[in-house]
Amino acid sequence: MKRISILVAIIVGVALLAGITVPADSDARELTIVSWGGAYQEAQRKAYFDPFMKKTGKKILDESYNGEMAKIKAMVEAKNVTWDLVQVEAPELINACEEGLLEIIDWSRVGGKGSFIPAAAMGECGVGSIVWAFVLAYDAGKITGEGPKSWADFWNVKKWPGKRALRKSAKPALETALLADGVPAADIYKMLSTSAGIDRAFKKLDELKPNLQWWEAGAQPPQWLAAGDVVMTSAYNGRISAAVKEGRNFKIVWNGQLYALDSWVIVKGSPNIDLAYEFIQFASQPQNQAISAAAIPYGPTHIKAVAEVDPKIARDLPTHPDNLNGSVLLNTEWWVEHQAELNERFNVWASK
Amino acid sequence: MALNVYASPLEKIWYYLIRVFCVLVLIGLVLPIMVIIPISFTSDTMLTYPMPGVSLRWFKEFFSSVMWTLSMKNSFIIAGATTALATALGTLSAIGLTMANFPFKGIITGIMIMPMVVPIVITAVGIYFFFAWTGLAGTHLGMILAHTALATPFVVITVTATLQGFNRNQIRAGASLGASPGRVFFKVTLPQILPGVISGALFAFVTSFDEVVVALFIAGSEQYTLPRQMFAGIREKYNPTIAAVAAMMIVVSVALLVSVELLRRRNERLRGITQ
Amino acid sequence: MNPSYQKLDAAEGLSLKVRLRRAERKRKIKAAGLVAPLFFFLLTTFIIPILMLLYRAIDNPEIMAVMPRTAQAIQKWDGAALPDEPVFAALADDLRQARKDRTVGMAGKRLNYDITGFRTLVLNTARKVSRMKTEPASYREKIIGMDKRWGELLYWSAVKRAAAPFTDFYILSALDLKRDSGGHIVRVPAERALYLKVLFRTLWMSLIVTLCCLILGYPVAWLLATLPVRISNLLMILVLLPFWTSLLVRTASWIIVLQKEGIINEILTRLNLTSAPLQLVFNRFGVYVAMTHILLPFMILPLYSVMKNISPSYMRAAVSLGANPVVAFWKVYVPQSLPGISAGCLLVYILAIGYYITPALIGGPKDQMLSYFIAFFTNNTINWGMASGLAVLLLGATILLYTVFNRFIGIDRLRMG
Repeated sequence: MKRISILVAIIVGVALLAGITVPADSDARELTIVSWGGAYQEAQRKAYFDPFMKKTGKKILDESYNGEMAKIKAMVEAKNVTWDLVQVEAPELINACEEGLLEIIDWSRVGGKGSFIPAAAMGECGVGSIVWAFVLAYDAGKITGEGPKSWADFWNVKKWPGKRALRKSAKPALETALLADGVPAADIYKMLSTSAGIDRAFKKLDELKPNLQWWEAGAQPPQWLAAGDVVMTSAYNGRISAAVKEGRNFKIVWNGQLYALDSWVIVKGSPNIDLAYEFIQFASQPQNQAISAAAIPYGPTHIKAVAEVDPKIARDLPTHPDNLNGSVLLNTEWWVEHQAELNERFNVWASK
Repeated sequence: MALNVYASPLEKIWYYLIRVFCVLVLIGLVLPIMVIIPISFTSDTMLTYPMPGVSLRWFKEFFSSVMWTLSMKNSFIIAGATTALATALGTLSAIGLTMANFPFKGIITGIMIMPMVVPIVITAVGIYFFFAWTGLAGTHLGMILAHTALATPFVVITVTATLQGFNRNQIRAGASLGASPGRVFFKVTLPQILPGVISGALFAFVTSFDEVVVALFIAGSEQYTLPRQMFAGIREKYNPTIAAVAAMMIVVSVALLVSVELLRRRNERLRGITQ
Repeated sequence: MNPSYQKLDAAEGLSLKVRLRRAERKRKIKAAGLVAPLFFFLLTTFIIPILMLLYRAIDNPEIMAVMPRTAQAIQKWDGAALPDEPVFAALADDLRQARKDRTVGMAGKRLNYDITGFRTLVLNTARKVSRMKTEPASYREKIIGMDKRWGELLYWSAVKRAAAPFTDFYILSALDLKRDSGGHIVRVPAERALYLKVLFRTLWMSLIVTLCCLILGYPVAWLLATLPVRISNLLMILVLLPFWTSLLVRTASWIIVLQKEGIINEILTRLNLTSAPLQLVFNRFGVYVAMTHILLPFMILPLYSVMKNISPSYMRAAVSLGANPVVAFWKVYVPQSLPGISAGCLLVYILAIGYYITPALIGGPKDQMLSYFIAFFTNNTINWGMASGLAVLLLGATILLYTVFNRFIGIDRLRMG
């Protein structure tokens, strides 16, 4: 038996060694930044990650996610924080901040609140990074005649038969449905604050349900448009522009765009907090934001960055005055309050 | 079973019908996997047939991408360590399970096979919370331990199966001739059960190499494995690189499968079970 | 036997029986010792994590941690009338402290599971309570004055339920049940009922997949069992290939085959069988096809191992006695293959009810099974109690089937090719 146990000890030892000696586990780890993946993260790599690494000589690891806050909660609860900086949507930012999962921002370390557009200081835990939008997009190579011009057209399956795609969440499906139902942009949240308004939104979604397909990751809508799985879709404006750059003949309908703000947050207990601040500051520089906007057209958050952006590119930003006609700013406060309830109802509705 | 010469027309029809049906099923099993191989040589950016042209650009893309090569390295490290650990643990316990009856043997055997049966999401979420708590989430060691838990049932099953055909009197014979238990194991038992142990090891390797759900929950970007990276790819960047990876993984699978089959046959020949 | 041995034994005065028993016991200990490492390994990396996960389904820590004084004060409340002043005072204290500690969101979230809108109520009350400069004469009046919902029994009974160390809330929710303000178990309203339907869907979809596997797998297993070994071994590799390729590779392949501009649609349009491409993926059909493909080897292998041992002479005897071959097959062959059928079906069914990746990538929202919702609650809404409640449901079903399998078929008879 002795030799067997020695053999086993050796094998187990080798296995454990292989596990332990492989590079950098959680202790002295690199700055880890988590964002939305796909074309957007490529742009961030170009505008922020690579230049930052060059400038500081520090390494950045970037990961992608679909907006799930679970990992953040698990790592904060376990006091084993492996993410440092995360880009999050506004309601998640407020929620996570209230639950104590995020560091409270010291604005003096990122250039002061005054240098950002007012909306960029959403809550206490985030620094605004981009203004992005849900837009209606279609493949002009496939819809050769007259294209859709509004969400009402999105619902018109007689004129434009075929599947459509929306993001699989109550936000902004409900807003979209009400816009399609003829509710003026300014009255959307007034309407949604009544239960009749919510019923109306779900009823409108019912109409389109047989023709709907749901996306979860931002990269899916352009893929599905290209593969002909859907004739039109809601999408993040930047992903569509990125696909256009790659030679796809996609069109964006700016009328009825739903725009919102994403923010950088620092996970509570991050061991790289100083470096994280340094990065946020770097990523908030007007000229760097302009590089990002040129790589993928999401609106900058620094007041001076707007001037730095090439006017030709500025036309593709959600914040361009021409694009703001009939637009809706996603109401964060309202969503923080109703998210849990409406997501549940949405899930029940979607899976029936 | 050949067709009888005196078969009735109806029997003849049945005979061919079943064969045609079976051929279709077998094609259905293999073809959907194989379609991904040719498309990995496409020159287009989309994963659709017909392909506009042939190129190696997606393989080049794979080998020049830091993320993909890192995940390939991770896959081999994690699967390799998992194999060593799972084979050692699984073989020992298979020997123990076939050696004698002991209290609660039924329940213990049941538990050892459990990782194969419990829905993978439950296992993954459970391990995720536990590892986050112990600091093993987001480490290579954590991935190896989790994968080992998933892989051991396969080793236990294959080695137990081999041991059932093993005549234990040989051990007694060895012992009565004065050999130490260790010597008996290495000189008598191991050579005979080796095919089972090796196929168990290959099963363990492939379990880890193909696993994605646990990786989805506990792997950080430094531990991304090939399947985890593919999952991100299917969602995030659905381009033929995925097909190129898939093609390479199929080659690995086929190589492993053929080795296991050869070992199994060698084992059966040795034990004289050839029909 | 060697005479010197005999002498030795006689000297020790041990009978052969005792020595045998001793040797046997030693062997048992050795056997258990060999099994022990893996057992303890699985205990720590598999059993304990799962037990800890299941514990979260009844664990109820939030309110006790965030609002300890309220949790204690409300224990004595009988639920008949509104709580007394001390409970309201404790609530004010707790909310003030929780707001300072930034934990009030946690309590609000927990209470919101039970009654929607509770989160806002807690947050607003906490904010108002923190702003109070002076001690009010009556916290009860003051707090009810802030929001009249604090004057409703419904909300207080929810607080009381959430303040207990354990809760049946998540497990009830997983069964579409809840407790009303009187503590009675009632059904949740139809627009919130989902999980029983999902459970039923999980069982139903698995059944369909199992039947498809049986229908496709039975003839193939039969053919493999009757062909000469040389050929059947070769064909066996084809059967095993899907088993050995990554789930993700197979899923990616199926998307290529089934998508709008995929191979099937390409062929159908070329042959003029359809005018417009069919929707084959992101729906139930796609999930059935992909799952059947993935699970078919698990059906064929047990069938094959049973059929290989069925002697063809019974069939021949039946036919020679004048039975119609079809009847003979049905009456003679099929009953003999029953053990294989039950083993294969149970195995496929057990594996099918736990599927996650395939429906997640190939199905639409109407095709998601329990596993998807476990992952959804874990990741997206971070409602870990609910994830665990559903896990209890799924694991319960699996263990039940597994026990049946183990009892009637035996896991030790499982073969991996």
